[in-house]
Amino acid sequence: MNITLRYFASIREALGTGSETWHTETTNLAALRDELIARGGAYAERLSRERPVRMALNQDLCEESAALSEGAEVALFPPVTGG
Amino acid sequence: MNQPSNRFSVSIQTQDFDVSAELAALRADQPGVGAVCSFVGTVRGGHGLSRMALEHYPGMTERSIEAMMQEAQQRFDMQGARVIHRVGDLAIGDQIVLVAVTSAHRGQSFQACEFLMDYLKTQAPFWKKETTDSGAHWVDARSSDDAALARWGIQKTNSK
Repeated sequence: MNITLRYFASIREALGTGSETWHTETTNLAALRDELIARGGAYAERLSRERPVRMALNQDLCEESAALSEGAEVALFPPVTGG
Repeated sequence: MNQPSNRFSVSIQTQDFDVSAELAALRADQPGVGAVCSFVGTVRGGHGLSRMALEHYPGMTERSIEAMMQEAQQRFDMQGARVIHRVGDLAIGDQIVLVAVTSAHRGQSFQACEFLMDYLKTQAPFWKKETTDSGAHWVDARSSDDAALARWGIQKTNSK
């Protein structure tokens, strides 16, 4: 299925893009994150399991067990610091 | 959203806001309001800071704050609420965020205002980038902010 990936803040800067279309056969956020880590380079470094990364599915913060579906918008970003 | 009229509203904007005008508008034509509580967050200087930039996730930001307001309405007897959060480039002393709440009596406003602010700090998708004497860097999330939200019985980890 095709999904849209969104990146913000330090993750956006490290990956050099804020958005990309991605084809995946993974079925949940955890497997998707692992797939992105497997791309290597900045993806492996910045999305590493050693780092705090939060994920949103269709603009709702989600646990990584959340299921993916065709056309989903998945965002990966560092801990939030507003206010 | 199943909220009454526009007495509960969220704005994400680059421009500054007028606190007095916002508070007056929030309680206009609301004779049942007996308390208005507000919090304003500003850019704090020191530690070599020269400026700050705020990034957000358009769409999700508004959606997440509207969800917080609904959660707050479940917990507190609020008559209205207004949240304004600025994004873009800010200087020392600039206003960043306004959270204002109205209620019949002060207790509910005080509590709802703090609840909304605690929630916003750890659940709304904003990121601060500071420019200091030593260069530009993204601000780290603080575990004390997670602890502040936990006081309300909400266990959601942001900082780790």
